[in-house]
Amino acid sequence: MTALPLARRREFRLGTGLGLGTAVLYLSLIVLIPLAAVVWRSTDGGWGGFWTAVNRPDSWSALKLTVLASAVVALVNMVMGTIIAWVLVRDSFPGKSIVDALIDLPFALPTIVAGLVLLSLYGTSSPLPVNLAYTRVSVGVALLFVTLPFVVRTVQPVLLELDRDMEQAAYSLGAAPATTFRRIILPNLAPAMISGAGLAFTRAIAEYGATNLLTGSIPLKTQVAAVNIVGRIESDDPTGAAAVSTLLLAIAFVVLLGLDLVQRRSARHG
Amino acid sequence: MARLPLRVLALLYLLLLLVLPVVLVAWRTFEHGVGAFVDALSTPNAIHAFAVTGSVAVWSVLANTLFGVGMAVLLVRHRFPGKRIVNALIDLPLAVSPVVVGLALILVYGRFAPVGGWLERHGLQVIFSLPGMVLATIFVSLPLVVRAIVPVLEELGEDQEQAAHTLGASRWQTFRRITLPGIRGALGYGVVLCLARALGEYGAVAVVSGRQVGQTQTATLFVEERYQNFDTGSAFAVATVLALAAVLILLVTKLLRRKEVL
Amino acid sequence: MDAVQLKIRTVTAVASLVLAGPVLAACAGTASSASGDSGGAAVTLSLVAYSTPQAAYEKLIAAFQKTGAGKNVKFTQSYGASGDQSRAVAAGLRADIVALSLEPDVTRLVTAGLVDEGWNSDQYHGMITDSVAVIGTRKGNPKNVTTWDDLTRPGVQVLTPNPFTSGGAKWNILAGYGAKSHKGSDPAAGAAYLQALFKNVPVQDSSGRASLQTFTGGKGDAFISYENEALFAQKNGQAVDYTVPDSTILIENPIAITRNSAHPAEAKAFLDFLHSPDGQKIYAGSGYRPVVQGVGGPAFPDPPQLFTIGDLGGWSKVNKELFDPGQSVMAAIEQSLGVSTSAKPK
Repeated sequence: MTALPLARRREFRLGTGLGLGTAVLYLSLIVLIPLAAVVWRSTDGGWGGFWTAVNRPDSWSALKLTVLASAVVALVNMVMGTIIAWVLVRDSFPGKSIVDALIDLPFALPTIVAGLVLLSLYGTSSPLPVNLAYTRVSVGVALLFVTLPFVVRTVQPVLLELDRDMEQAAYSLGAAPATTFRRIILPNLAPAMISGAGLAFTRAIAEYGATNLLTGSIPLKTQVAAVNIVGRIESDDPTGAAAVSTLLLAIAFVVLLGLDLVQRRSARHG
Repeated sequence: MARLPLRVLALLYLLLLLVLPVVLVAWRTFEHGVGAFVDALSTPNAIHAFAVTGSVAVWSVLANTLFGVGMAVLLVRHRFPGKRIVNALIDLPLAVSPVVVGLALILVYGRFAPVGGWLERHGLQVIFSLPGMVLATIFVSLPLVVRAIVPVLEELGEDQEQAAHTLGASRWQTFRRITLPGIRGALGYGVVLCLARALGEYGAVAVVSGRQVGQTQTATLFVEERYQNFDTGSAFAVATVLALAAVLILLVTKLLRRKEVL
Repeated sequence: MDAVQLKIRTVTAVASLVLAGPVLAACAGTASSASGDSGGAAVTLSLVAYSTPQAAYEKLIAAFQKTGAGKNVKFTQSYGASGDQSRAVAAGLRADIVALSLEPDVTRLVTAGLVDEGWNSDQYHGMITDSVAVIGTRKGNPKNVTTWDDLTRPGVQVLTPNPFTSGGAKWNILAGYGAKSHKGSDPAAGAAYLQALFKNVPVQDSSGRASLQTFTGGKGDAFISYENEALFAQKNGQAVDYTVPDSTILIENPIAITRNSAHPAEAKAFLDFLHSPDGQKIYAGSGYRPVVQGVGGPAFPDPPQLFTIGDLGGWSKVNKELFDPGQSVMAAIEQSLGVSTSAKPK
């Protein structure tokens, strides 16, 4: 960097310091302190209190349902997302760009509207001969909707950039398409697929609005963790709510940490 | 490689999960004619709900845009200790459930909490009132502007800015005339994403608002409340408006993103 | 400017105009509320109520604002589950008038110092409306469910909410209990009935309205609810019928003015209006039984063996024997069903 007069340099440092201070204050007041308050509150009754709160039949059931459904949904959308990304990149048909734009709809649509939307097609008054209302399957359907874009959008750019020379080489050597896919393309897509699935999972465990209407949020049966947390807030049990919230946050962090490791590993090997 | 079956599978999945449900809601909304649709939207509560959504969105987008630009410049152009922690803090909101956001804000800004109690004694009520809803919306959309600008700032490089400095331009002049025009597209993209997120927020505001009809009820809360009162007409009408806004925003982001690639 | 840029600018301009709508409305909204009304000092009262009478209060407020006393009074309204609303007020939600589903929800506010201890010393004992517990069914009542005994028939699925999360759900349970225990004189028979009843309850929602919506959403053959809820569902096009059992409980809904109200005079004027024949008539039109005699409006059937919470020994006795989360009739039943009892509504 070219030499600047000393006065100028000092002015920059002061300005930077002020800006940084403001930014850190903003982050603290809005993100850091409130989240810390949640974790702090969850320890109100010590470890014992924490586990008692989390172990309450309805909360434990909600957590189990949430984690299980989110995992299943992440896997399903990992497969379907890859297929959709494949079709969007390698195939061409009229209206493809519209389909491409539609994929992001779950990102932009308010979750309560998503709930209403799914209720129309999969609820009791649906024109189709299907009624999933108040079932555990409906939890899966709601989560499939909100996590649809994740894997598609992480795999798509990788597919676009994929060097097709190796594929061509494999074909010319007589490999079947399935073999080529399995041995050449898939390893390149795997990190993106896993990354997308991980993001889908963390999104799914946090979901609140889309599940309420279709599933009925029935305690012990179709209630997800976020709904359970709200129930505990409204029943004047912020400590219990904080405990379940902290557990949810911990699960999300573990997954994100795992994703980070996967990405670093693939960057080293790739 | 098995082109047609894959295409059919993908399109069928999207049809059943995405397209049909949205089309069905739009169809049900207009089942009783456009007149009924407009009537449902013109009730005082509906109008007020849109107004609340609008003002919460404006404030949070403004705050996050100012923060986003400043933070991006700090992250890319400056060195400071604790950068990794700050980076992590910025991305944190993406991993937090909206209802946990609501709980977190109640625990700090609620009436019986330290900060909230102090504010209330000085006349400012945060929870059960608009400021709390703005805070919640800022939280959930925090990373969007920053993360949109950072890659573009990195790509732009410091050369022009440094040249300006050595020629005697003040920091503000450099920023206004060189940095800002460079990140304009990315800024627009980030702002639109932030706006979309703010307009659609439901879980966090549900917890901090007190759901006061005609007072702290956003459009999303309105949809829920009308549905619970068996008034599907109003619920569907506002839901369709929100869905249309979402589709519009999608188109805008699509165009803005394509511009970046060019 | 190339074609793409032009397109982007056009779309962005259109989008901004569309999205500016709510923004402008917001500015207009905040401006008008800041400037206040033109004539006289505008007073704003905050009404915090349970969810079911929302439609009634919207009419009542409009009617009150047409009277002399209500001319310059504006309202903010909040509706939600009775227990949740009560807890919210205790936690800081500003309220001038609280209208809740059952007395203990007001008692909580008395304990919190937010409502005067003498709130129920008037001629109405603090109550504003009545209702009765009824048995609801699908339209046409295909399974012919009309009595408390019918609810325990094998193959009949009954919906009623969880009394440990929904204070209002207690009315439903007390109705059945009181009927089968001969107004509380035979507690063993009452407890046996509740056990048989809950074998037929497949899910317990967290609130009365949620339970009703689960029913209208297609689950169950019958539901227990309040008369005004069943009427509300019917008014809104839901295909339900209901029967008023011969022996059922009188549901009494309390109302009170808070101690920290900034406008106690206007709040009292509103309360007086609600007790007036005009006000009570509006309640009746929305399905609530008036507490004032001879008000006119729709007639409500009189169950021959109506009983009250007083007949059963009062809320403290009932809460202890039937609804204590640790040890009580309902706690035992819920535990045998594997349902949570620990969300303490106190």
